[in-house]
Amino acid sequence: MIPAPFAYARPTSVDEALQAIADGGEDVKILAGGQSLIPVMRLRLAAPETVVDLGRVAGLRGVREEDDAIVVGAMTTHSDVIADPLVQQWAPIVAQATETVADRQVRHRGTFGGALAHADPAGDLPAVALALEAEFVIAGLSGRRTVPAVEFFVDYLTTALEEGELLVEIRLPKLAGTWGMHYEKFNRVAQAWSIVAVAALVRREGDRIAEARIGLTNMGPTPLRASAAEAALAGVPATREAVAEAAAHAAENTSPSSDLNAQADYRHHLAQVLTRRAVIAAAGL
Amino acid sequence: MSQISVRVDGVDYVDEVEPRTLLVHYLREQLGKVGTVVGCDTSNCGACTVHLDGEAVKSCTVLAVQADGAEVTTIEGVGRDGALHPVQKAFHEMHGLQCGFCTPGMIMASIDLLADNADPSEDEVREGIEGNLCRCTGYQNIVRAVQAAAAEMGTAEMGTGAQA
Ligand SMILES: Cc1cc2nc3c(=O)[nH]c(=O)nc-3n(C[C@H](O)[C@H](O)[C@H](O)COP(=O)(O)OP(=O)(O)OC[C@H]3O[C@@H](n4cnc5c(N)ncnc54)[C@H](O)[C@@H]3O)c2cc1C
Ligand code: FES
Ligand code: FES
Repeated sequence: MIPAPFAYARPTSVDEALQAIADGGEDVKILAGGQSLIPVMRLRLAAPETVVDLGRVAGLRGVREEDDAIVVGAMTTHSDVIADPLVQQWAPIVAQATETVADRQVRHRGTFGGALAHADPAGDLPAVALALEAEFVIAGLSGRRTVPAVEFFVDYLTTALEEGELLVEIRLPKLAGTWGMHYEKFNRVAQAWSIVAVAALVRREGDRIAEARIGLTNMGPTPLRASAAEAALAGVPATREAVAEAAAHAAENTSPSSDLNAQADYRHHLAQVLTRRAVIAAAGL
Repeated sequence: MSQISVRVDGVDYVDEVEPRTLLVHYLREQLGKVGTVVGCDTSNCGACTVHLDGEAVKSCTVLAVQADGAEVTTIEGVGRDGALHPVQKAFHEMHGLQCGFCTPGMIMASIDLLADNADPSEDEVREGIEGNLCRCTGYQNIVRAVQAAAAEMGTAEMGTGAQA
């Protein structure tokens, strides 16, 4: 099938893009890599009046360094994120998780900002951004604001982006070096979305785990932090046994769905197993 | 309608398209490049894979207007001077196809993979073509074909190097 007709705008700056969105009528869709939007438009699950293509907006693509953070432009493609030296140095878990996204063709088009703005509960990057405590820079006609990850993901496919706003960049704190990190994804076949996945960050002090941050993919309508497991990990000896004990709390306060891929109780089980594996890897055990 | 300029398989085109026209439909219906096929409605099968500015993409998941100003290579443009591309030749020789429907996309994805990784392991080939589905072969001979092509392209490059 082909999409329903729409008006097409191709702005070249953020200001032009915001104006095009404001002028686009009732139902405007922003087009980033199109790897989620074009499929739903083709199935006519979305039929926007206007599509505003960010493909030519200058300055939204690429990664730069800013004090204690690296800043990823919303339009940086998955394949550029994977290859980026700053990402590899300061937030290698982002590259590791992005490598598991879809396939080469989709990664050549799909973008970091698009995947986060889409906020699919099975998407791999939201849980990683949440565990990293990333910050989201949002532009609107009245200026820019910065939203922490925990406030960005609001509900199923819903973010803090208001109508008319644009996600422009994402700030990732430079944690590598002090923190170990690992993304553990479970899916059944190639090119498939996560059934459950876990992003783990661990800061060790000698032979103890000082702090851990754990992001869960597909354990609820939004990405979640496994707060009970994080609390249980704080201060424990850095051993596989202690990690396994703490990881048993990983599914507390989660509300995964039951669907064709897995029942909720199976997802609870997976969250615990994958948290154990991810924390062990992140802690270098 | 929007006007686009694209270079497809080495030829420049300027055309009017509807913004909703998918790149694959532009290639097939407006340019008659029917070597690129459509195998699904969900961006999963990879049969429609072409190169957009040198990178493999699913042409059913790109709007023709997004290709404005770009260079597109389809399966029809990979051979040189009437000779098959080494990956095409290897698919032929290693029986990397049965019905052949997935083949244009498989070959375009494989060429893209070999540009990044000239000597992929079996696992790397399987991961490299994970975006392409084949209902016939069971993939064994496709993997063999990609590895055979890698070997041949590697040797060819060494040959040129030695002469230089
Ligand atoms: C076959 C296939 C398999 C996939 N498998 C996975 C997987 O395993 N894991 C995974 O995480 N993802 C997967 N994806 C999704 C992929 O990661 C997409 O790239 C991503 O979800 C959307 O990014 P995009 O740039 O293509 O966004 P688009 O499709 O262009 O946009 C998606 C949505 O976000 C909005 N949006 C985009 N950019 C902005 C912005 N800057 N500001 C405001 N709103 C914006 C759009 O309006 C739209 O609603 C898969 C996709 C396909 C086709
Ligand atoms: S036709 Fe199936 S992915 Fe494009
Ligand atoms: S040869 Fe028939 S689908 Fe691959």
